[in-house]
Amino acid sequence: MQDLGIRVLFMGNNFARLMGGLWITVKISLISVALSIIFGILLGMVMTLKNPITRCITKVYLEFIRIMPQLVLLFLVYFGATKSFGIQLSGQVSAVIVFTLWGTAEMGDLVRGALISIPKHQYESGAALGLDVIQIYRYIIIPQTQRRLIPLAINLMTRMIKTTSLIVLIGVVEVMKVAQQIIEANRYTVPDSALWIYGTIFFLYFIVCWPISRLAARMEKKWAN
Amino acid sequence: MVQKEKLLEIHHLHKDYGNGPVLKDISLDVHKGEVVVLIGPSGCGKSTFLRCMNGLEQIQSGEILLDGNVITDNKTKWSDVRQKIGMVFQSYELFPHMTVIDNILLGPLKVQKKDKKEAEKEAKELLGRVGLLDKKDAFPRQLSGGQKQRVAIVRALIMRPEILLFDEVTAALDPEMVREVLDVMLELAKAGSTMVIVTHEMQFARAVADRIVFLDGGEIVEMDAPEKFFTQPKTDRARRFLNTFTFKKKEG
Repeated sequence: MQDLGIRVLFMGNNFARLMGGLWITVKISLISVALSIIFGILLGMVMTLKNPITRCITKVYLEFIRIMPQLVLLFLVYFGATKSFGIQLSGQVSAVIVFTLWGTAEMGDLVRGALISIPKHQYESGAALGLDVIQIYRYIIIPQTQRRLIPLAINLMTRMIKTTSLIVLIGVVEVMKVAQQIIEANRYTVPDSALWIYGTIFFLYFIVCWPISRLAARMEKKWAN
Repeated sequence: MVQKEKLLEIHHLHKDYGNGPVLKDISLDVHKGEVVVLIGPSGCGKSTFLRCMNGLEQIQSGEILLDGNVITDNKTKWSDVRQKIGMVFQSYELFPHMTVIDNILLGPLKVQKKDKKEAEKEAKELLGRVGLLDKKDAFPRQLSGGQKQRVAIVRALIMRPEILLFDEVTAALDPEMVREVLDVMLELAKAGSTMVIVTHEMQFARAVADRIVFLDGGEIVEMDAPEKFFTQPKTDRARRFLNTFTFKKKEG
Protein backbone atom coordinates (compact mmCIF):
# COMPACT_ATOMS: atom_id res chain seq x y z
CA MET A 1 0.00 0.00 0.00
CA GLN A 2 2.81 2.30 1.02
CA ASP A 3 4.23 2.39 -2.49
CA LEU A 4 1.04 3.15 -4.33
CA GLY A 5 1.01 6.50 -6.03
CA ILE A 6 -2.45 7.27 -4.72
CA ARG A 7 -0.99 8.39 -1.39
CA VAL A 8 0.25 11.53 -3.12
CA LEU A 9 -3.29 12.61 -3.40
CA PHE A 10 -3.69 12.74 0.36
CA MET A 11 -0.30 14.21 1.22
CA GLY A 12 -0.44 17.69 2.69
CA ASN A 13 -3.27 19.70 1.18
CA ASN A 14 -2.96 18.17 -2.28
CA PHE A 15 -6.56 17.05 -2.45
CA ALA A 16 -7.88 20.42 -1.37
CA ARG A 17 -5.68 22.09 -3.98
CA LEU A 18 -7.00 19.78 -6.64
CA MET A 19 -10.54 20.67 -5.63
CA GLY A 20 -9.61 24.34 -5.76
CA GLY A 21 -8.37 23.78 -9.30
CA LEU A 22 -11.59 22.01 -10.18
CA TRP A 23 -13.55 24.98 -8.89
CA ILE A 24 -11.65 27.29 -11.26
CA THR A 25 -12.49 24.96 -14.13
CA VAL A 26 -16.16 24.81 -13.16
CA LYS A 27 -16.36 28.55 -12.57
CA ILE A 28 -14.93 29.46 -15.97
CA SER A 29 -17.14 26.87 -17.63
CA LEU A 30 -20.30 28.03 -15.91
CA ILE A 31 -19.77 31.70 -16.67
CA SER A 32 -18.95 30.93 -20.30
CA VAL A 33 -21.89 28.56 -20.69
CA ALA A 34 -24.34 31.06 -19.15
CA LEU A 35 -23.12 33.89 -21.38
CA SER A 36 -23.11 31.60 -24.42
CA ILE A 37 -26.72 30.61 -23.87
CA ILE A 38 -27.90 34.22 -23.58
CA PHE A 39 -25.91 35.51 -26.54
CA GLY A 40 -26.46 32.32 -28.51
CA ILE A 41 -30.25 32.65 -28.35
CA LEU A 42 -30.02 36.23 -29.56
CA LEU A 43 -27.55 35.27 -32.28
CA GLY A 44 -29.76 32.37 -33.37
CA MET A 45 -32.73 34.69 -33.77
CA VAL A 46 -30.63 37.16 -35.75
CA MET A 47 -29.41 34.32 -37.96
CA THR A 48 -32.97 33.51 -39.04
CA LEU A 49 -33.41 37.02 -40.46
CA LYS A 50 -33.51 37.28 -44.22
CA ASN A 51 -31.33 40.42 -44.20
CA PRO A 52 -28.23 39.76 -46.37
CA ILE A 53 -25.93 41.89 -44.19
CA THR A 54 -26.70 40.10 -40.91
CA ARG A 55 -26.55 36.80 -42.79
CA CYS A 56 -23.07 37.53 -44.09
CA ILE A 57 -21.70 38.78 -40.76
CA THR A 58 -23.07 35.90 -38.71
CA LYS A 59 -21.86 33.39 -41.26
CA VAL A 60 -18.32 34.75 -41.26
CA TYR A 61 -18.32 34.81 -37.46
CA LEU A 62 -19.54 31.24 -37.21
CA GLU A 63 -17.08 29.88 -39.78
CA PHE A 64 -14.16 31.78 -38.27
CA ILE A 65 -14.82 30.45 -34.78
CA ARG A 66 -15.39 26.93 -36.04
CA ILE A 67 -12.28 26.74 -38.17
CA MET A 68 -9.94 28.18 -35.54
CA PRO A 69 -8.75 25.66 -32.96
CA GLN A 70 -9.76 26.86 -29.50
CA LEU A 71 -6.11 26.90 -28.47
CA VAL A 72 -5.24 29.34 -31.23
CA LEU A 73 -8.11 31.56 -30.15
CA LEU A 74 -6.88 31.45 -26.56
CA PHE A 75 -3.35 32.46 -27.61
CA LEU A 76 -4.74 35.12 -29.89
CA VAL A 77 -6.76 36.73 -27.10
CA TYR A 78 -4.30 36.21 -24.26
CA PHE A 79 -1.01 37.05 -25.97
CA GLY A 80 -2.28 38.87 -29.06
CA ALA A 81 -4.38 41.40 -27.17
CA THR A 82 -1.48 42.27 -24.89
CA LYS A 83 1.09 42.59 -27.66
CA SER A 84 -1.00 44.50 -30.19
CA PHE A 85 -3.31 46.63 -28.10
CA GLY A 86 -1.54 46.69 -24.77
CA ILE A 87 -4.61 45.29 -23.05
CA GLN A 88 -3.63 43.23 -20.04
CA LEU A 89 -6.10 40.39 -19.72
CA SER A 90 -5.76 37.80 -17.02
CA GLY A 91 -5.78 34.19 -18.10
CA GLN A 92 -9.21 33.63 -16.60
CA VAL A 93 -10.77 36.61 -18.33
CA SER A 94 -9.23 35.56 -21.64
CA ALA A 95 -10.59 32.09 -21.13
CA VAL A 96 -14.12 33.38 -20.47
CA ILE A 97 -13.92 35.61 -23.56
CA VAL A 98 -12.76 32.81 -25.83
CA PHE A 99 -15.19 30.21 -24.53
CA THR A 100 -18.07 32.66 -24.71
CA LEU A 101 -17.19 33.55 -28.32
CA TRP A 102 -17.03 29.90 -29.19
CA GLY A 103 -20.11 28.85 -27.22
CA THR A 104 -22.16 31.74 -28.61
CA ALA A 105 -21.34 30.70 -32.17
CA GLU A 106 -22.22 27.06 -31.57
CA MET A 107 -25.31 27.87 -29.52
CA GLY A 108 -26.47 30.39 -32.11
CA ASP A 109 -26.27 27.76 -34.79
CA LEU A 110 -28.27 25.33 -32.64
CA VAL A 111 -30.96 27.94 -31.96
CA ARG A 112 -31.12 28.84 -35.64
CA GLY A 113 -31.51 25.19 -36.55
CA ALA A 114 -34.26 24.69 -33.99
CA LEU A 115 -36.15 27.79 -35.12
CA ILE A 116 -36.08 27.00 -38.82
CA SER A 117 -37.06 23.40 -38.17
CA ILE A 118 -40.52 24.61 -37.10
CA PRO A 119 -42.64 24.64 -40.25
CA LYS A 120 -44.03 27.97 -41.41
CA HIS A 121 -47.51 26.50 -41.15
CA GLN A 122 -47.18 26.23 -37.38
CA TYR A 123 -46.90 30.01 -37.19
CA GLU A 124 -49.82 30.33 -39.59
CA SER A 125 -52.16 27.96 -37.84
CA GLY A 126 -51.49 29.83 -34.61
CA ALA A 127 -52.20 33.10 -36.37
CA ALA A 128 -55.37 31.67 -37.91
CA LEU A 129 -56.69 31.03 -34.41
CA GLY A 130 -56.24 34.68 -33.59
CA LEU A 131 -53.09 34.38 -31.47
CA ASP A 132 -50.79 37.40 -31.63
CA VAL A 133 -47.08 37.12 -32.38
CA ILE A 134 -46.00 36.96 -28.72
CA GLN A 135 -48.58 34.26 -27.99
CA ILE A 136 -47.50 32.28 -31.04
CA TYR A 137 -43.91 32.23 -29.78
CA ARG A 138 -44.89 31.57 -26.20
CA TYR A 139 -47.36 28.74 -26.69
CA ILE A 140 -46.35 27.20 -30.01
CA ILE A 141 -42.83 27.97 -31.21
CA ILE A 142 -40.72 28.15 -28.03
CA PRO A 143 -42.07 24.93 -26.48
CA GLN A 144 -41.27 23.10 -29.69
CA THR A 145 -37.78 24.56 -30.09
CA GLN A 146 -37.03 23.87 -26.43
CA ARG A 147 -37.44 20.15 -26.78
CA ARG A 148 -35.11 20.09 -29.76
CA LEU A 149 -32.68 22.54 -28.29
CA ILE A 150 -32.09 21.51 -24.68
CA PRO A 151 -30.44 18.12 -25.33
CA LEU A 152 -28.15 19.69 -27.93
CA ALA A 153 -27.32 22.63 -25.68
CA ILE A 154 -26.39 20.27 -22.86
CA ASN A 155 -24.04 18.36 -25.11
CA LEU A 156 -22.42 21.63 -26.04
CA MET A 157 -22.07 22.42 -22.34
CA THR A 158 -20.14 19.23 -21.59
CA ARG A 159 -17.92 19.86 -24.59
CA MET A 160 -17.15 23.32 -23.27
CA ILE A 161 -16.33 22.02 -19.80
CA LYS A 162 -13.89 19.47 -21.21
CA THR A 163 -12.25 21.95 -23.50
CA THR A 164 -11.44 24.32 -20.63
CA SER A 165 -8.51 21.97 -19.89
CA LEU A 166 -6.70 23.91 -22.64
CA ILE A 167 -6.44 27.02 -20.49
CA VAL A 168 -3.51 25.48 -18.66
CA LEU A 169 -1.54 26.71 -21.62
CA ILE A 170 -2.26 30.35 -20.90
CA GLY A 171 -1.22 29.98 -17.30
CA VAL A 172 -4.54 29.59 -15.53
CA VAL A 173 -4.10 27.40 -12.48
CA GLU A 174 -7.09 25.14 -12.92
CA VAL A 175 -7.44 21.47 -12.15
CA MET A 176 -4.97 20.28 -14.80
CA LYS A 177 -2.32 22.73 -13.71
CA VAL A 178 -2.65 21.77 -10.05
CA ALA A 179 -2.27 18.16 -11.09
CA GLN A 180 0.92 18.90 -12.98
CA GLN A 181 2.31 20.80 -10.00
CA ILE A 182 1.57 17.93 -7.65
CA ILE A 183 3.17 15.42 -9.99
CA GLU A 184 6.24 17.58 -10.48
CA ALA A 185 6.70 18.16 -6.77
CA ASN A 186 6.65 14.45 -6.06
CA ARG A 187 8.62 13.29 -9.04
CA TYR A 188 11.41 11.70 -6.96
CA THR A 189 9.48 10.40 -3.98
CA VAL A 190 6.50 8.97 -5.88
CA PRO A 191 7.52 8.42 -9.49
CA ASP A 192 4.28 6.78 -10.57
CA SER A 193 2.00 9.51 -9.22
CA ALA A 194 1.09 10.74 -12.73
CA LEU A 195 -1.20 7.80 -13.39
CA TRP A 196 -2.98 8.28 -10.08
CA ILE A 197 -3.37 12.00 -10.25
CA TYR A 198 -4.53 12.06 -13.87
CA GLY A 199 -6.78 9.13 -13.05
CA THR A 200 -8.32 11.23 -10.31
CA ILE A 201 -8.79 14.08 -12.78
CA PHE A 202 -10.53 11.69 -15.11
CA PHE A 203 -13.02 10.96 -12.36
CA LEU A 204 -13.43 14.63 -11.49
CA TYR A 205 -14.35 15.52 -15.08
CA PHE A 206 -16.56 12.50 -15.17
CA ILE A 207 -18.39 13.55 -12.01
CA VAL A 208 -18.98 17.03 -13.42
CA CYS A 209 -20.02 15.99 -16.94
CA TRP A 210 -21.79 12.71 -16.42
CA PRO A 211 -24.89 14.02 -14.61
CA ILE A 212 -25.25 16.67 -17.28
CA SER A 213 -25.07 14.20 -20.13
CA ARG A 214 -27.45 11.82 -18.29
CA LEU A 215 -29.88 14.70 -18.00
CA ALA A 216 -29.61 15.30 -21.74
CA ALA A 217 -30.25 11.64 -22.49
CA ARG A 218 -33.29 11.59 -20.22
CA MET A 219 -34.77 14.69 -21.76
CA GLU A 220 -34.22 13.32 -25.23
CA LYS A 221 -36.03 10.15 -24.30
CA LYS A 222 -38.88 11.95 -22.60
CA TRP A 223 -39.43 14.23 -25.56
CA ALA A 224 -38.81 11.66 -28.26
CA ASN A 225 -41.28 12.59 -30.92
CA MET B 1 -81.23 30.83 -53.67
CA VAL B 2 -82.81 33.43 -51.46
CA GLN B 3 -80.65 36.50 -51.24
CA LYS B 4 -79.28 36.61 -47.70
CA GLU B 5 -77.06 39.18 -46.06
CA LYS B 6 -73.49 39.43 -47.28
CA LEU B 7 -70.96 38.13 -44.79
CA LEU B 8 -67.75 38.43 -46.73
CA GLU B 9 -67.27 40.76 -49.67
CA ILE B 10 -64.20 40.83 -51.85
CA HIS B 11 -63.83 43.71 -54.27
CA HIS B 12 -61.30 43.85 -57.11
CA LEU B 13 -58.60 41.94 -55.32
CA HIS B 14 -55.11 41.92 -56.84
CA LYS B 15 -52.29 39.78 -55.56
CA ASP B 16 -48.74 39.71 -56.81
CA TYR B 17 -45.69 37.95 -55.34
CA GLY B 18 -43.41 40.20 -57.37
CA ASN B 19 -43.10 38.07 -60.48
CA GLY B 20 -46.39 38.59 -62.24
CA PRO B 21 -49.92 38.68 -60.89
CA VAL B 22 -51.28 35.65 -59.05
CA LEU B 23 -54.81 36.96 -58.64
CA LYS B 24 -56.30 39.49 -61.06
CA ASP B 25 -59.27 41.64 -60.19
CA ILE B 26 -61.23 39.09 -58.20
CA SER B 27 -64.61 40.00 -56.77
CA LEU B 28 -66.79 37.64 -54.79
CA ASP B 29 -69.54 37.89 -52.21
CA VAL B 30 -70.15 35.15 -49.70
CA HIS B 31 -73.57 35.22 -48.10
CA LYS B 32 -74.51 34.05 -44.67
CA GLY B 33 -75.05 30.28 -44.58
CA GLU B 34 -73.65 29.83 -48.05
CA VAL B 35 -71.13 27.19 -49.07
CA VAL B 36 -68.82 28.41 -51.82
CA VAL B 37 -66.44 25.92 -53.40
CA LEU B 38 -63.38 27.15 -55.27
CA ILE B 39 -62.07 24.81 -57.91
CA GLY B 40 -59.54 25.07 -60.69
CA PRO B 41 -56.26 23.62 -61.92
CA SER B 42 -53.22 23.63 -59.62
CA GLY B 43 -51.49 26.95 -59.49
CA CYS B 44 -54.63 28.85 -60.49
CA GLY B 45 -54.48 30.87 -57.27
CA LYS B 46 -57.39 29.34 -55.38
CA SER B 47 -55.40 28.59 -52.21
CA THR B 48 -53.76 32.00 -52.37
CA PHE B 49 -57.19 33.57 -52.71
CA LEU B 50 -58.38 31.71 -49.64
CA ARG B 51 -55.30 32.78 -47.66
CA CYS B 52 -55.93 36.41 -48.58
CA MET B 53 -59.33 36.19 -46.90
CA ASN B 54 -57.79 35.91 -43.43
CA GLY B 55 -54.72 37.98 -44.02
CA LEU B 56 -52.14 35.23 -44.31
CA GLU B 57 -51.26 36.78 -47.66
CA GLN B 58 -50.92 40.49 -48.25
CA ILE B 59 -52.86 41.91 -51.14
CA GLN B 60 -51.67 44.63 -53.50
CA SER B 61 -55.02 46.27 -54.16
CA GLY B 62 -58.71 45.77 -53.68
CA GLU B 63 -60.53 45.34 -50.42
CA ILE B 64 -62.16 42.68 -48.30
CA LEU B 65 -65.13 43.38 -46.04
CA LEU B 66 -66.37 41.23 -43.19
CA ASP B 67 -69.86 42.11 -41.92
CA GLY B 68 -69.58 45.34 -43.87
CA ASN B 69 -66.31 46.40 -42.22
CA VAL B 70 -63.14 46.75 -44.27
CA ILE B 71 -60.53 44.33 -42.96
CA THR B 72 -57.75 45.03 -45.42
CA ASP B 73 -56.55 48.45 -44.31
CA ASN B 74 -53.52 49.15 -42.17
CA LYS B 75 -55.30 49.43 -38.88
CA THR B 76 -56.88 46.00 -39.09
CA LYS B 77 -56.26 43.98 -35.97
CA TRP B 78 -55.89 40.60 -37.61
CA SER B 79 -55.96 38.71 -34.35
CA ASP B 80 -59.54 39.98 -33.85
CA VAL B 81 -60.62 39.33 -37.43
CA ARG B 82 -59.19 35.83 -37.46
CA GLN B 83 -61.34 34.82 -34.52
CA LYS B 84 -64.30 35.32 -36.82
CA ILE B 85 -62.69 33.59 -39.79
CA GLY B 86 -61.68 30.02 -38.97
CA MET B 87 -59.24 28.17 -41.16
CA VAL B 88 -58.34 24.51 -41.66
CA PHE B 89 -55.12 23.66 -43.49
CA GLN B 90 -54.12 20.89 -45.86
CA SER B 91 -51.48 19.52 -43.52
CA TYR B 92 -53.67 19.78 -40.36
CA GLU B 93 -51.00 21.72 -38.45
CA LEU B 94 -51.99 20.53 -35.03
CA PHE B 95 -49.48 21.59 -32.40
CA PRO B 96 -47.38 18.43 -31.86
CA HIS B 97 -46.41 19.23 -28.27
CA MET B 98 -49.99 19.44 -27.04
CA THR B 99 -52.71 16.83 -26.54
CA VAL B 100 -55.83 16.94 -28.68
CA ILE B 101 -57.84 18.75 -26.04
CA ASP B 102 -55.07 21.30 -25.39
CA ASN B 103 -54.84 21.96 -29.11
CA ILE B 104 -58.53 22.70 -29.18
CA LEU B 105 -58.52 24.78 -25.99
CA LEU B 106 -55.60 27.03 -26.92
CA GLY B 107 -57.76 29.47 -28.87
CA PRO B 108 -60.70 29.72 -26.44
CA LEU B 109 -58.46 30.06 -23.37
CA LYS B 110 -55.67 32.30 -24.63
CA VAL B 111 -57.40 34.36 -27.30
CA GLN B 112 -61.01 34.53 -26.14
CA LYS B 113 -60.14 34.15 -22.43
CA LYS B 114 -63.07 31.84 -21.87
CA ASP B 115 -63.73 29.98 -18.65
CA LYS B 116 -61.74 26.76 -18.65
CA LYS B 117 -64.58 24.49 -17.52
CA GLU B 118 -67.01 25.85 -20.04
CA ALA B 119 -64.54 25.67 -22.89
CA GLU B 120 -63.64 22.13 -21.95
CA LYS B 121 -67.29 21.10 -21.95
CA GLU B 122 -67.74 22.60 -25.37
CA ALA B 123 -64.58 20.96 -26.67
CA LYS B 124 -65.78 17.57 -25.52
CA GLU B 125 -69.16 18.10 -27.16
CA LEU B 126 -67.54 18.99 -30.46
CA LEU B 127 -65.10 16.08 -30.24
CA GLY B 128 -68.08 13.82 -29.64
CA ARG B 129 -69.74 15.19 -32.75
CA VAL B 130 -66.77 14.22 -34.92
CA GLY B 131 -66.45 10.87 -33.13
CA LEU B 132 -63.14 11.51 -31.39
CA LEU B 133 -64.04 12.01 -27.75
CA ASP B 134 -61.95 8.98 -26.73
CA LYS B 135 -58.88 10.61 -28.29
CA LYS B 136 -58.99 13.79 -26.27
CA ASP B 137 -55.82 13.04 -24.29
CA ALA B 138 -53.90 11.59 -27.24
CA PHE B 139 -51.06 13.44 -28.91
CA PRO B 140 -51.38 14.31 -32.60
CA ARG B 141 -48.68 11.80 -33.55
CA GLN B 142 -50.91 9.00 -32.26
CA LEU B 143 -53.75 9.90 -34.64
CA SER B 144 -54.34 9.02 -38.27
CA GLY B 145 -54.45 11.76 -40.87
CA GLY B 146 -58.23 11.76 -41.00
CA GLN B 147 -58.47 11.99 -37.23
CA LYS B 148 -55.97 14.84 -37.14
CA GLN B 149 -57.95 16.73 -39.72
CA ARG B 150 -61.17 16.27 -37.75
CA VAL B 151 -59.43 17.61 -34.65
CA ALA B 152 -58.22 20.57 -36.71
CA ILE B 153 -61.80 21.25 -37.75
CA VAL B 154 -62.93 21.17 -34.12
CA ARG B 155 -60.09 23.53 -33.22
CA ALA B 156 -61.43 26.00 -35.76
CA LEU B 157 -65.09 25.43 -34.81
CA ILE B 158 -64.71 26.06 -31.11
CA MET B 159 -63.85 29.67 -31.81
CA ARG B 160 -67.39 29.98 -33.21
CA PRO B 161 -66.23 31.65 -36.37
CA GLU B 162 -68.71 33.36 -38.64
CA ILE B 163 -67.09 31.76 -41.64
CA LEU B 164 -64.83 28.76 -42.14
CA LEU B 165 -62.11 28.44 -44.76
CA PHE B 166 -60.97 24.97 -45.86
CA ASP B 167 -57.73 24.79 -47.82
CA GLU B 168 -57.57 21.44 -49.63
CA VAL B 169 -58.19 19.67 -46.37
CA THR B 170 -58.33 16.19 -47.87
CA ALA B 171 -55.41 16.53 -50.29
CA ALA B 172 -52.88 15.00 -47.89
CA LEU B 173 -55.13 12.13 -46.79
CA ASP B 174 -55.21 8.51 -47.79
CA PRO B 175 -58.30 7.83 -49.91
CA GLU B 176 -60.12 5.84 -47.23
CA MET B 177 -59.82 8.73 -44.79
CA VAL B 178 -61.14 11.38 -47.12
CA ARG B 179 -64.70 10.32 -46.50
CA GLU B 180 -64.70 10.80 -42.73
CA VAL B 181 -63.47 14.37 -43.12
CA LEU B 182 -65.87 15.23 -45.92
CA ASP B 183 -68.76 13.84 -43.89
CA VAL B 184 -67.95 16.26 -41.09
CA MET B 185 -67.95 19.12 -43.57
CA LEU B 186 -71.26 18.02 -45.06
CA GLU B 187 -72.72 18.01 -41.55
CA LEU B 188 -71.49 21.55 -41.01
CA ALA B 189 -72.99 22.65 -44.30
CA LYS B 190 -76.33 21.15 -43.34
CA ALA B 191 -76.18 22.93 -39.99
CA GLY B 192 -76.00 26.22 -41.87
CA SER B 193 -72.33 27.14 -41.51
CA THR B 194 -70.87 29.61 -43.93
CA MET B 195 -67.89 28.03 -45.66
CA VAL B 196 -65.41 28.67 -48.42
CA ILE B 197 -63.83 25.44 -49.57
CA VAL B 198 -60.89 24.79 -51.87
CA THR B 199 -60.95 21.19 -53.02
CA HIS B 200 -60.05 18.74 -55.74
CA GLU B 201 -62.88 16.37 -54.84
CA MET B 202 -65.37 17.10 -57.60
CA GLN B 203 -68.09 14.76 -56.35
CA PHE B 204 -67.90 16.37 -52.97
CA ALA B 205 -67.88 19.87 -54.44
CA ARG B 206 -71.06 19.04 -56.30
CA ALA B 207 -72.73 17.67 -53.19
CA VAL B 208 -71.78 20.38 -50.72
CA ALA B 209 -71.70 23.59 -52.71
CA ASP B 210 -74.34 26.24 -53.08
CA ARG B 211 -72.11 27.89 -55.61
CA ILE B 212 -69.06 26.77 -57.57
CA VAL B 213 -66.39 29.31 -58.39
CA PHE B 214 -64.02 28.20 -61.13
CA LEU B 215 -60.66 29.92 -61.18
CA ASP B 216 -58.03 29.68 -63.85
CA GLY B 217 -54.92 31.77 -64.40
CA GLY B 218 -55.65 33.96 -61.38
CA GLU B 219 -59.13 35.05 -62.38
CA ILE B 220 -62.69 33.91 -61.90
CA VAL B 221 -63.68 32.25 -65.13
CA GLU B 222 -67.05 30.94 -64.21
CA MET B 223 -69.43 31.04 -61.27
CA ASP B 224 -72.58 28.96 -61.13
CA ALA B 225 -74.80 26.59 -59.17
CA PRO B 226 -73.12 23.17 -58.93
CA GLU B 227 -75.64 21.25 -61.04
CA LYS B 228 -75.36 23.71 -63.86
CA PHE B 229 -71.60 24.01 -63.67
CA PHE B 230 -70.96 20.31 -63.71
CA THR B 231 -73.50 19.44 -66.40
CA GLN B 232 -73.39 22.48 -68.69
CA PRO B 233 -70.26 24.53 -68.13
CA LYS B 234 -70.45 27.81 -70.01
CA THR B 235 -66.81 28.23 -70.88
CA ASP B 236 -64.31 26.13 -72.77
CA ARG B 237 -61.78 26.37 -69.98
CA ALA B 238 -64.22 24.90 -67.47
CA ARG B 239 -65.19 22.14 -69.89
CA ARG B 240 -61.57 21.22 -70.45
CA PHE B 241 -60.90 21.24 -66.72
CA LEU B 242 -63.86 18.99 -65.98
CA ASN B 243 -62.81 16.61 -68.73
CA THR B 244 -59.58 15.88 -66.92
CA PHE B 245 -61.63 14.08 -64.28
CA THR B 246 -63.36 11.65 -66.62
CA PHE B 247 -61.80 8.69 -68.35
CA LYS B 248 -62.89 7.00 -71.52
CA LYS B 249 -62.87 3.25 -71.52
CA LYS B 250 -60.07 1.81 -73.56
CA GLU B 251 -61.39 0.62 -76.88
CA GLY B 252 -60.46 -2.65 -78.45
